[in-house]
Order: sequence, then structure tokens, then C-alpha cells
Amino acid sequence: MSELPDVHGALALVPKDDAPQTAKDFKTDQEVRWCPGCGDYAVLAAVQGFLPELGLRRENIVFVSGIGCSSRFPYYMNTYGFHSIHGRAPAIATGLAAARPDLSVWVISGDGDSLSIGGNHLIHALRRNINLKILMFNNRIYGLTKGQYSPTSEIGKITKSTPMGSLDAPFNPISLAIGAEGSFVARTLDSDRKHLQSVLRAAAQHKGTALVEIYQNCNIFNDGAFEPLKDPAVRDDITLRLEHGQPIVFGASGEKALIRSASGAFEVVRTADVDSASIVVHDTANPDPSQAFALSRLDSPSFEHTPIGIFRNVDRPSYDEQLRDQVGEAIEKQGPGDLASLLASGDSWRID
Amino acid sequence: MTKQVQQLDRVIIRFAGDSGDGMQLTGDRFTQETASFGNDLSTLPNYPAEIRAPAGTLPGVSSFQLHFADHDILTPGDAPNVLVAMNPAALKANLPDLPRGADLIINTDEFTKRNLAKVGYETNPLDDDALDAYQVHALKLTSLTVGALAGFEISKKDAERAKNMFALGLLSWLYHRPTEQTVAFLEQKFGKKPDIMKANIAAFQAGWSYGETTEDFSVSYEIKPAKLSPGLYRNITGNIALAYGLVAAGTQSGLPIFLGSYPITPASDILHELSKHKRFGIKTFQAEDEIAAVGAALGASFGGSLGVTTTSGPGVALKSETIGLAVATELPLVVIDVQRAGPSTGLPTKTEQADLLMVMYGRNGESPVPIVAPQSPSDCFFAALEAARIAVKYRTPVIVLSDGYLANGSEPWRLPDIEDLPVIAPDFATAPADGTEFQPFKRDPETLARPWAIPGTPGLEHRIGGLEKADGSGNISYDSGNHDLMVRLRQAKVTGIANDIPPLHVDDPTGSARVLVLGWGGTYGSIAAAVRRVRKSGGEIAQAHLRHLNPFPANTAEVLRSYDKVIVPEINLGQLALLLRGKYLVDVISYNRVRGLPFKAEELADVIGDVIASV
Repeated sequence: MSELPDVHGALALVPKDDAPQTAKDFKTDQEVRWCPGCGDYAVLAAVQGFLPELGLRRENIVFVSGIGCSSRFPYYMNTYGFHSIHGRAPAIATGLAAARPDLSVWVISGDGDSLSIGGNHLIHALRRNINLKILMFNNRIYGLTKGQYSPTSEIGKITKSTPMGSLDAPFNPISLAIGAEGSFVARTLDSDRKHLQSVLRAAAQHKGTALVEIYQNCNIFNDGAFEPLKDPAVRDDITLRLEHGQPIVFGASGEKALIRSASGAFEVVRTADVDSASIVVHDTANPDPSQAFALSRLDSPSFEHTPIGIFRNVDRPSYDEQLRDQVGEAIEKQGPGDLASLLASGDSWRID
Repeated sequence: MTKQVQQLDRVIIRFAGDSGDGMQLTGDRFTQETASFGNDLSTLPNYPAEIRAPAGTLPGVSSFQLHFADHDILTPGDAPNVLVAMNPAALKANLPDLPRGADLIINTDEFTKRNLAKVGYETNPLDDDALDAYQVHALKLTSLTVGALAGFEISKKDAERAKNMFALGLLSWLYHRPTEQTVAFLEQKFGKKPDIMKANIAAFQAGWSYGETTEDFSVSYEIKPAKLSPGLYRNITGNIALAYGLVAAGTQSGLPIFLGSYPITPASDILHELSKHKRFGIKTFQAEDEIAAVGAALGASFGGSLGVTTTSGPGVALKSETIGLAVATELPLVVIDVQRAGPSTGLPTKTEQADLLMVMYGRNGESPVPIVAPQSPSDCFFAALEAARIAVKYRTPVIVLSDGYLANGSEPWRLPDIEDLPVIAPDFATAPADGTEFQPFKRDPETLARPWAIPGTPGLEHRIGGLEKADGSGNISYDSGNHDLMVRLRQAKVTGIANDIPPLHVDDPTGSARVLVLGWGGTYGSIAAAVRRVRKSGGEIAQAHLRHLNPFPANTAEVLRSYDKVIVPEINLGQLALLLRGKYLVDVISYNRVRGLPFKAEELADVIGDVIASV
């Protein structure tokens, strides 16, 4: 049995590579089989491009996925990979991360995989705070099964399975993750490589479960779902870029700001109309999740003010480190196990 | 008054009471006393699924049967010689099992009008001729206990609750049981509540003294220790033996054990037990559901632990998809199914053998999984170890089919020498020679097992998953010929395990029997006891018992064809029989009862006798 080091931290126990790495090191010889123009290509390139910064040994990185278009991701990463079962990637990755502190474990999932069939595993991974980085590609549609509405599709969505419009209210994945006690919750966009990579970097360094919602375009079944956030003509007007410790102002020239109204809810106002001291300062480390949750509720179907960035990033013990600590404590207090003594424990007797 | 001491060769006692009366604890303690005295024994706990069913009702009756003897025995016994009935419900529920002349020890304090009415007694059976066929010992057990505890600073309710210890004391006197361990047990159990502890010990001792002084019991009984082979013994239940077998799988392989589990009757005790043994490097994970439990176990196996999940039938149904993934990815995984009566929620606390076809075939696609079934409580240890051996050696999920009877039943176990246990070699893959590409699905030519290449090993980075893989490279492959090949390879790998397991052993002392009785799993004791009865009365019968149900031992066909008739008793509607008929074209005779209880030896002996008479 391996020794149990007492070093804690998201990547503290993952061995580093001595040689410098490039994005190419993380590419496989497998032909990428997403539809031409799919947002998944951009995410793949961003991940391959950012991993060399971490400098971790490739063999100590594992990508675990569920089922869906995005879940093909591990085949294209020259690391260890496990393409598993619809919705179950967080469960499988939980066992792996709990058993192996020396691995950097990533879960690749989609809105259907994570929020529909795998909803239970997602919320429990978040509350447990096990050392997993969950990238949830949200395209608000089922792609691999060819275009049914998903749990993040807007109400009334016309799809193959809902010709008269979908009836159920969508999940807000950020609200859900914060409500499920997520310790790191962030949102980014497939098309904004710089932002995407900055969020991935923070997620990688977070101890515990990180959930990153990536708005991802499915150009076949739900093209343009996030178009306002990408359109240079309007995107700056509507995107709140969350920066820890910074006042929340947005708009092309910072003309809009967020304040707390008398009712306690957030209100978007003209920056010029308010005292700068009243503008909400973003605090990802606040142990109280109320403000992060309130930020997530700014979302609306029209995207008129959509926060992106890190909503919440708090330090709390991770499940896997505590599990290792319990094993270590048992060994320290009782000594390593001895099978013969275990079998003879309790009331035993000898017959000669 | 000098009391008579009578020698007996065996006794079957059943303690029965309300589920709040502590009958399981009483039975457990009597069992421990009996085990340390050196009798052979076998136990059968029987309790409702409700934690506290309405007090005094028939559904709330909990019982514990113990068979002990001066010779080796195989079952908890068909019918009790002694019934301890703590209330009218316990009497009514258990009286039909009692043979004429049996001893009845009754707590008359509970035979109130109200309690009698609750179970439909119109008149008090103690007052009419209803119990004339039995030796009735009517005692005011509750008041005797309360009286004995008069000087103690405890509530009347706590005093009344100690009546099970009074009964245990009385029975311990009646059968000359050693008492030191029970006193030590009570000291430990109630260590934090000294008043309750002293009261329970006093009640226990008062029960003993009562036996010694009362005129109601003029005879006490001695059952000499059994002549068991030399060695160190302990009493063990199937669930604890399974947990220990998993600990042993870890020490014998050097692999860390990772248990992913979700609480379910009657398997939860394995989770409880393993969670105590972290000093062995064992990690236990109580998951959010059955699916996550097996998923985490498989994830841990991918990472180089031995992943294990423990459950019962309903849990296996939920885990099927992940077991299929383990078949496709060819990773070691041990799945323990402690079978209970079904379908659906069924009878959670009662035993059955009806999950065989589910674990054999209950997955999509051609999805072969080896199956191992223990035959007695202590054998659960070896079955767990055998499952781990196969899982690791062949990189495959393996299912252990225990059952509720084995799980909670107990027997003395001669502890094995650690040196005699199999050594399991994980043989992780190491980096390929320079310039050669790692082939994650290139098989060992002998076992057909693929390499187990765990993350952290440089040069072996690879991707696996549920999609069909190309032979050798493991790349995704939609090629029809490759799929046909892979389906056959996975099957051949499991089929080939037949060469790596012992042949089916036949017990046929005269060599001239024409009838074979063939069972599997938890029915071993009942069948073997029936076989003894048949032979004692001059019948010739051969017995064989299957431990491996997939694949079957290599000589199974030959054994089946060596007899004119083959009887297959099962606690299901003929699942093994269907497999045997399908695979070997042998017209076996199925005998089936699904009552949530083990077979009785007597009924099986009758069945065997009838078949022998017909050939």
C-alpha cells in the first residue's frame, strides 16, 4: 500500500513534467468527429492550449466523460481517458479522484448529461467537494440524439420532441451549482479563448469540485443560441465580466453598474447616477453564497445582462483529502492492518 | 432439591418476541456462549423489515433460531425443540413450526386480554387445551425481571426491557452455557450507562438463579462440545465473512480496496464492517445512489484499486449499465449481491436465490460476467477472495451471489492459515519497449485478459470507454467483423475461466447412486443435511454443489450425464435448472420453494427419497 503524504492542495500531489510542453503534446492521432463549425473544437483547442501551463505529467491527467457530443472529448486528449455512461461521469471520476490524489481529474459533460440523466451525481459531487474539474458544455439542446430540447432549453422551444413547444422550465446551471454547495462555480464562452483559459486555470488550481459552465454553440440543432454574447455590436453592452475584488460595472464604456436595491435584490443602474461606493464589489471568496446566487439570477432569456466569469471560489476541505486523512489516522492510531489478527478478533477459541 | 442433568446430542432453540424485545441480541449472545463452549452450531435470524412494527402484532414478531450439537451440523434445523415466546404474537406465529412434545417457555405477563385480542386469540391458550401437546413452562418473565431489579436506580421501563437478559440467563442455565463472555459483553455494550449495565447483568444472573431454584425446571441439559478439527475458531456471519474476504483480497493482492456502496438490506453490514478497517488502506464511500456506488468503484479500478460494490437485487438492477461498462472496458470489479426475496422491494429481510438469471443475463448486449456463489456463512470469505482473484486476473467484473440467509446466519469457522490463501498478482502494465505503440486491448494469449494500464504510468496514455473497440489498439471501431470478433473474445475469456477453477466435486460414497442432487449457493447446508438423512435410511444419493455458476466447472456435463436423474433444488422457480437444460440438454428435475426461508432438510429428504424410489 502506498504511503499517504500529508500535502494538501488541488495539484500539490500531481507530479510535474520536467520538460516544457506544448499544445501538440496533448493531441491524439484520432480524427476529431464533431460537426464542422461545432463549438467543441474551440474548447478542445483551448484546453490543449492551456494544459502546458500547468506543467503536469500527461500520464497524471485523466479526462472522464459521460455520453453526448462533448463526451467524445477524451479520445482527442493525449492523456488517460474514460468515455463512460450517460450522466455517470462524476460518479466514476469520484472513485478515481478519491483513490488517486496524484491525478488531475477532469469531467467533460453536457447540459443533458449533467443536468438531466446525471443530475443526481452532479449535485452530490458538488456538495461533497471532491477534487474534480467538471466542464459542462451547455448548448441548450440534445445534439447526439439529433435535436430534442434539453434541461437548459428555453420554455416553448420547438424541437423534434416538442413540436408545439417545450413545457418545462429550464435549470440555471450556475444557480443549481451554488445551491448544491459548489465551492467553485464559473461560466465562460466557447468563442472567448482568453476568458475560457483563464477560468480553466482557476478551476485547475481550485481544491475540490469546480463546475465550469461553457456556453457552447451547436451549429446544427441550436445555432446562435448565445449569439448576443458573441456579437461585437452588442456583447459588451450585455456581458457582466466578473472579476474578484472589482466593482461590477459593464457596458461598452462601463456605463452600467450593479447595486443592491432597497429590497436587497440586485438592480442594474447607470453608473453615472450612483455613488461609486454603492456599486457591488464582486467577492468570489465570500463564504455566504447569497451574492453569487443573486448574480446568477441576473440571467434572462434575452441575455440583457449576463454574468460570465467566476461566481464563487471558496476554500473548504475536499472529500478526497479527508478520506485519505481518515485512512492515515486509522493507520497512525491502530497501526497497519494485520489479516490474521483481524480474523481472530472478537470471541475466538482454540480446539486442540 | 437435586436437579437432574440429561445428555443431549443436539438442540434447536427459537427465541421469539416482539421486534422491540431484543430477540436478535439474545440469540446472538446465546450463540456466542455456545460457540465458545465448543458446540457446532448454525443460526437463522428472522425479522420483519419494519424497524418497529406495531407492538404485539404478528407482523412485528422477530425470532432467532439456533441449532447446536455435539457433532457437526449443516443447518439451523427444521423445527425447534424449544420455543421461547415473549408474547402471544410470538406464540401464535411460531406454534405451527413446533413439533409435539417440544418445550415452550412463555412469558405470561404479556398474555393480557388486549395482547391476546391483537393476534386474534379469543381465549387464552394458557387456560385451555391449545398447548396440551407441549411441555409448557409458564413464567411471569417481566415481573420476575422487574422484581429482581427492585433495588436498581432505573425506570420501570428499563427494568422491563431487561427481560430478554433474564430469559438468556435462564436458557444459559438450562443448557449449561458459559456466562463470562455475556457479562463482559454487557459491560462493554452499556459501558457508558453503568446503571443499565448493572441491571442487565443482574437480570441475566437472576434468570440463571431462577432456573437453578424453581421447581418448574427439574432437568437441565448438557450438550458436549463437538469434535471439530483442531485450530483457532470463531463464530461468523456471512456478511462479516464477506467483508473479511474483501480485506483479504486487498492484503493478498497488495491493491487498495475501494468500496462504493449504498445502504440496502441485507447487504449494509458489509459496508459497516469494511468502514471499520481503514487501517488496511481500505476506502469506503457511501454514494448518493446504487449507480454512483458502482460507478465510483469502477473509477477506482481504472485508477488501480480493486473496486468493489455491495448491494442486493434491486441495487444490481440499477448497476447493470455500469457492470456492462466494466465488461466493455475489461476492468476488474467485484459486485456483491446479497439476494433477498423479490420482485421489486419484495421481502427485504427474507432470503431467496432468484437473482441468478438477472446477474447472468440482465445486461444489454452479449455481456458475460463470471459468477461465484458461497455455500455457507464462513464460505463467504473464500467466495469474496475467489471473486477478487478472477476479477484481477481476467480484468472483468465478477458477481458474488450471497443471500439473506448466509448474510445473517452464522456458524463456527476454523480460521484459515494466511499462508494458504491465494496470492493475487495485479500485474499492472509497464511502459512498452521504445518505438512500439501501447496496445490497450492486446490480450494475454492464455487468459485473454487485456493489460491493466493505470493512470500515472508514462507511455501508456490511452482512452477506454463503452464504444466498441478495435481488437488490439482499442481505438473506436464500427467495423462489423471486429465487433463479431470482440463479442466472441469477451465470451471466450469468461468461458476459459472454467480451466482455472476446480472441477465439480461429487460426493457419492458408494459410487453406485443413480440419482444426483445438485444445488448452488446458500442451499448447501439444507441439501447436505437432507442427503445425510436419505443415506441414514439406506438411500443411495450423490451430491454436488456449484460454487461457480459462470462459467460452470469443466466437468459439469460429464457429472450430469453420469446419473439417471438429477434433482436441482432452488429457492426460485428453476433458474439453474433452465441454464442446465439449455446448456447441457439434461432433463433435470426442479424442486422449488420461495417462502423467504431456507429449505427444510426433511422436505428435501422426502423429495430425494421419492425420486430414488422412481428410478
